[in-house]
Amino acid sequence: METLLFLVDGRTPNQLRPLTCSRNVLNRIHGSASWSQGDTKVVAAIYGPKSGTKKGENLEKACIEVIWKPKTGQSGKPEKEYEMILRRTLQSICLLNIHPNTTTSVIVRVVNDDDALLPCAINASCAALVDVGIPLNHLAVAICCGVVESGFVILDPSKIEEQKMKAFVHLVFPNSVLSVLPEESLHVGDEAKEHGLISSVTHGRMSVDDYLHCLERGRAASAKLSAFLRKNLQSQVPSNT
Amino acid sequence: MEAANPSGDLSAEMEVDAFRRLFPLRFFDRHLVESIRPDGRPLGRARDTTLALGAVASADGSALAKIGSTTMLAAIKLEVMTPATESPDEGSIAIDFHMPPICSPMVRPGRPAEAAPVISKQLSDTILSSGVINLKELCLISGKAAWMAYLYPEERNNMNLKVDKLWNFMITIVDIYCLDADGALFDAALLSAIAAFSHLEIPVVSLDEDGRVVILSQDEGLKTSNEPVNAEKRKLTLSDIPFSLTCILYKNYILADPTAEEESVMETLITVVLDSSYQLVSLYKPGGSVLAYTSALQDCIALTRHRVQELKKILDEAMSEMEVD
Repeated sequence: METLLFLVDGRTPNQLRPLTCSRNVLNRIHGSASWSQGDTKVVAAIYGPKSGTKKGENLEKACIEVIWKPKTGQSGKPEKEYEMILRRTLQSICLLNIHPNTTTSVIVRVVNDDDALLPCAINASCAALVDVGIPLNHLAVAICCGVVESGFVILDPSKIEEQKMKAFVHLVFPNSVLSVLPEESLHVGDEAKEHGLISSVTHGRMSVDDYLHCLERGRAASAKLSAFLRKNLQSQVPSNT
Repeated sequence: MEAANPSGDLSAEMEVDAFRRLFPLRFFDRHLVESIRPDGRPLGRARDTTLALGAVASADGSALAKIGSTTMLAAIKLEVMTPATESPDEGSIAIDFHMPPICSPMVRPGRPAEAAPVISKQLSDTILSSGVINLKELCLISGKAAWMAYLYPEERNNMNLKVDKLWNFMITIVDIYCLDADGALFDAALLSAIAAFSHLEIPVVSLDEDGRVVILSQDEGLKTSNEPVNAEKRKLTLSDIPFSLTCILYKNYILADPTAEEESVMETLITVVLDSSYQLVSLYKPGGSVLAYTSALQDCIALTRHRVQELKKILDEAMSEMEVD
């Protein structure tokens, strides 16, 4: 049927690359985290909240500033775009009214780029925000999906795999909810609250149905990623005894 | 909703303009409940769009696009270049988007708008991903030279002087200037770029003694002894043309084609780019406090489909007007 059923490193199309996440990796920084998916590794460092906002920003809300440092070379237009997407994504998950008139700086440093850079950075920044202790209303879980010519969807492609694809999509979802409330209150219309999309960036051309398949696969993957995050972030809480 | 807020009493007495500035969300809410927007449009309708091709006479291709008050001017200049070795039969396109201070009070001479590089990159990604321009068409003589499309500001006319010194260097420079920023910047910029490409005519070229490719202007063609490589000016064939629509998601409402005021108040934007065969070229949602569920996404895509038909008609009309001249 489909010859590309096994990816270069022997994964099935539904498997993510090996994930590692560690918090508090840098000294003298208010909060930091590193996240790697396969060979892509990103470190996020956060300073803040510091007093004062940038000129022209809303004084009643906290301001988030993102600086993206690429692995090599100067910061150019792609970096500015990543900064803007990351900033708007983080603004939507933070509770901005709690610390008005402050600035939180998020510095993202790319250590290694083997594709899925933006999702990695979003996951790393989220973990770093948890490390700093900034109040969030939910976490942002980011995933990359690739679409092959025949319409088949592959999760988390690496650079080699990406070249064979006609399109790929970066999706960011809120994390899945573990709650004592009854099921119905968590639904909005027919859909579970955690299936809403925070951000989406696509490259390449695909049909609308392909995109909707990517959304479904992305949601399923985000549930797995949320479970991973929950386990990882909980285990590092220091005990009080 | 009206109970605990102090403005409840004032709203009856305040002037509309003051209310609009002080309580923008409430102002919009009042309109949206009646399914209408402050400028009188229904929620799903885009603003009036006009296109004028050939706005810049000195450029090889140009267009002026207006969506409501948002105005974009795109101009294309062509220069010869030696193609890259890894793709010897392809030209290239460089797109640049500028927001000069004329476009908005938010942009001042010392502080470039932060939206400019982002939209610039989005535009080049969209035009390249959609495959609307076949890069092989930009080739003059296979392997020898190709046209590279540059988007470049009109002011740099002295670039023409450099062309003579550069060897086989042809670049298609596409420059898009925002003349008035009133929301939906990406839509207007994409429309103006596509219209400029459809207006573009590749001029006649020939090889001179050293094997360099030179552009022949109209009168030169008769005088020189060199054979022109291409007999007449030709146009690029554009395959499926991408068109876009930006929508705002606010509570349960979807507002198509926002103005700058709507964008600043309700921040969640989603831009859908579909090409003329309704394939999805891009679905861009950069964060935002409102989560997009599948039903909302499908509504946005349906609105964009409708818009693609409108824009196609407008582009065809503008092109047929050009041909009549």
